[in-house]
Amino acid sequence: MQITLTLNDKLVTWDVDKDEFLADTLRSHGLLSVKKACETSCCGLCTVWLEGKSILSCTVLSVRVHGKKITTIEGVSREAEEFARVLTAEGSEQCGFCSPGFIMNVLAMKNELINPSEEEIIHYLTGNLCRCTGYMGQLRAVKTYLGVAQV
Amino acid sequence: MFSLNDLVQPEELETAYQILTDKRNNTILGGCAFLKMGSKRIGTAVDLSNLKLSYINETDGYIEIGSMTSLRELETHPLLKESFNGVLPKSVRNIIGVQFRNCVTVGASVYAKYGFSDLITALLVLDTEVELFKGGRMPLVDFLKRPKGKDILVKLWIKLDNCIATYLNLKNSASDYSVLNVAVSKLDERWTIVVGARPRRAAIATNASAALAKGTQSAAEIEDAAQKTAEELSFGTNMRGTAVYRKALCKVLVKRAIMEVLRCKSH
Repeated sequence: MQITLTLNDKLVTWDVDKDEFLADTLRSHGLLSVKKACETSCCGLCTVWLEGKSILSCTVLSVRVHGKKITTIEGVSREAEEFARVLTAEGSEQCGFCSPGFIMNVLAMKNELINPSEEEIIHYLTGNLCRCTGYMGQLRAVKTYLGVAQV
Repeated sequence: MFSLNDLVQPEELETAYQILTDKRNNTILGGCAFLKMGSKRIGTAVDLSNLKLSYINETDGYIEIGSMTSLRELETHPLLKESFNGVLPKSVRNIIGVQFRNCVTVGASVYAKYGFSDLITALLVLDTEVELFKGGRMPLVDFLKRPKGKDILVKLWIKLDNCIATYLNLKNSASDYSVLNVAVSKLDERWTIVVGARPRRAAIATNASAALAKGTQSAAEIEDAAQKTAEELSFGTNMRGTAVYRKALCKVLVKRAIMEVLRCKSH
């Protein structure tokens, strides 16, 4: 089955299987920032944007993004790098495996919420699991990046 | 992981229904999150994405929610935040994460009648009807009692009344399924108590609700209604909790939910 989508502002046409998930399609085309981990739709490592909204690419069938706009971290590299520097400065990047999905969701939150409170930040990022760094450093980094007062 | 032989994206509901009913193993696709955890062998998967069923509208005293509306849209829609004390957004806001809720659909959550559903519990305390393509419009409570069949959930109709409602649950960890969930509502003098994730599907505690409505909702009557709810409904055991634990939990959550509704009323 052939799908055409706008990937990181470029029109691409790909052949996909009907039961193929977007994470697999993206990875098979070299977008290896899209990680696969939990297989149960709960870790957030495969987060990409579909029409600007965070989604789990491991859960969305590739045929469903035909005609849609998909953004991966490669498409927002400038903002991602900016936030990654803060993340590193706060000592909240250890193995880095969860970082692409986490960064994509932080950037989505930045676009969606205006002046989020600490509670709103935590709630928005609940779907991004990290198994080595821990969450306090990440929270510090997000607050620094968004300019939210540290308590 | 499920497998499928074919996938279609019809432009008309009639076509979708025709394909769905053509073969026994033809299946409607919702958000696929639950489906992908199983190993179902699907003949033809029917994707409803092209049917424009993703919407939340207010029409003639009802809120209409299309079956392909995501749980995230349900959570963030201003009309639903303002209506019924925000019970619907509250019921879904802690399901996994934002990315997950952007994927999964209202229709799949309701049509599949999942026992663990947080949404069904909240919908049941409201005046909610489902509209099926072939089966027509019927109260949600009747739909839940019907045997599973092949149809397409087109939309939900929720009567926009002055119902005050609340939703509570208990989870072992933030993004897990609920061990138990409870919703309570009050419309004029009518109370409705619903308990879900028992782990069976949500049910109305009819006798307890009626008993609560008869009195003045004093502390003793609230205690009694909570006790009656726990006795009236059945509970089961699974890896998240035992039947005995759920029954004890039911009393606590129902009591708290009633008190919360009373507090809303006084404001």
